[in-house]
Amino acid sequence: MKRTTFNQRALAYLLIAPQMAVTIVFFLWPTGQAIVQSFQQEDAFGLHTNWVGFANYQALFADPSYIQSLEVTVIFTVAVTFSSLIVALLLALAVDRTVKAGPTYTTLLVWPYAVAPAVVGVLWWFLFNPTIGPLPYVLGQMGYNWDHSLHGQDAMILVVIAAAWPQVSYNFLFFVAGLQSIPASLREAAAIDGAGPVKRFFTITLPLLSPTTFFLMVVNLVYAMFNTFPVIHATTQGGPAGSTDILVFKVYEDGFVGLNLGSSAAQSVVLLVIVIALTAVQFGWVERRVQY
Amino acid sequence: MVENRPVLNFLAHLVLIIGVAIVAFPIYVAFIASTHGPTDFLSGLIPMTPGHNIWHTYGTMLTDGMKSSGMPPLSLQMGNSLIMALTIAIGKIAISIISAYAIVYFKFPGRGIAFWLIFITLMMPVEVRILPTYKVVAELGMLNTYAGLTIPLIASATATFLFRQVFLTIPDELMEAARIDGAGPLKFFWDILLPMSRNNIAALFVILFIYGWNQYLWPLIVTTDTSHYTIVMGIKRMADVTDAQPQWNYIMATAILAMLPPVLVVIFMQKLFVKGLIETEK
Repeated sequence: MKRTTFNQRALAYLLIAPQMAVTIVFFLWPTGQAIVQSFQQEDAFGLHTNWVGFANYQALFADPSYIQSLEVTVIFTVAVTFSSLIVALLLALAVDRTVKAGPTYTTLLVWPYAVAPAVVGVLWWFLFNPTIGPLPYVLGQMGYNWDHSLHGQDAMILVVIAAAWPQVSYNFLFFVAGLQSIPASLREAAAIDGAGPVKRFFTITLPLLSPTTFFLMVVNLVYAMFNTFPVIHATTQGGPAGSTDILVFKVYEDGFVGLNLGSSAAQSVVLLVIVIALTAVQFGWVERRVQY
Repeated sequence: MVENRPVLNFLAHLVLIIGVAIVAFPIYVAFIASTHGPTDFLSGLIPMTPGHNIWHTYGTMLTDGMKSSGMPPLSLQMGNSLIMALTIAIGKIAISIISAYAIVYFKFPGRGIAFWLIFITLMMPVEVRILPTYKVVAELGMLNTYAGLTIPLIASATATFLFRQVFLTIPDELMEAARIDGAGPLKFFWDILLPMSRNNIAALFVILFIYGWNQYLWPLIVTTDTSHYTIVMGIKRMADVTDAQPQWNYIMATAILAMLPPVLVVIFMQKLFVKGLIETEK
């Protein structure tokens, strides 16, 4: 908001019209539809729709496959978030120590962010191919029989690695920026007082990095929950036996493949609530950060 | 660096070299696979040294595609991806910058509501409302069209907020001076605001180009006609052969070509990319 403004109203509406049109037609209207449909049920022939109250939601939470999907999503999301954060922090700390070679390493580490999640999925799927992949071969030498098409745990590890891989680059960039904003004088003072590198890390670096870490945690949770559809779709397709069937994949499958509109709409609404909660947390954090 | 500890310095380089190797490993294997002939994958392990089939593999994929799985030539798919990425990037920037201009520099009834409606879209990833959005696009007859591929993805709260932030930091005096000199709103926008936000536009363009190029779910459901396939979604259709072994050399060649444009953009425009990434996540 500016002190002085233009007052050509017609022009203002004209300027904002394209954004509003796209928002209403492709965002608000479909979302409204999802909310309405989540309280309706179609008969077998798609001729009638009835209002059924919360029946779709009750059926959803009584469905063991949905409960499994919730559990799988929690495990997947936490695993992706923490593994990508820890690896990225380690790399950022290492770059922070190097004097001259930092920018070169940075260039070599950031580009995976640009690789499409679907392509990343196909790459790791290839590397982990049970018959010809190099990684199952190495694991086989160590006595582990890798097969992600049979073992749920193997499939989960595969999709977690594939989903975390490009995200490491993203977190790395933010950690490097965060580390650079910590005044060197603080660390120097601690060093003069006799604190070693490990002690300095836990008493100075980590606490001062906590705003960055918290922000990244929320961003990564949102990424792992909502933007990893391509990774799942291009690799395990939710299998074996639903062991990698995360919520965004299930809503697609039940809607597009299973054509279960009521259930799919109810799932959309559940996801919507989760996104809104996460966004609220993220913005709450931004507000707080502005104050200091 | 606070003090010189050779062991820690060595450790830092070691961690980084391992990191770079882990990052590069899948790409190396993919590239090597794309240089081999299809028979090299029938037995044993994925080869780790280059083969001699590179020109044949890439040549076939770019000009003919893979007819057995109904894949059009990759040159066509890359063209579609380029159209999609450019339309989404330019379209998002265009509609976001003018709506941010309206919100910051104009006073009109409904401005608050408009701002909130845009804000809400931030909370609705396409994955969440996929089925109803698909229906809207189908009813509008936009399936298998470039408009259907791009327009539903063009609204962006993030870009609008970014431009709003940029405009708010531009001193009020500039606009007052422009008005005293007789410049109308369009002239002020074109001659002053646009040049002043040039860097932000460039940074945002880099991020949005990558975003548009890498779209997967949306092209997957709105295109059934092979002439509108994009390369990122096409790769999956190739790998989906149920009975036969997938033709890995062709799939990996597709993977390499699918990641090349956005990766080159990041490497050669790294400064803008980092700036865009950090600005859009505020």
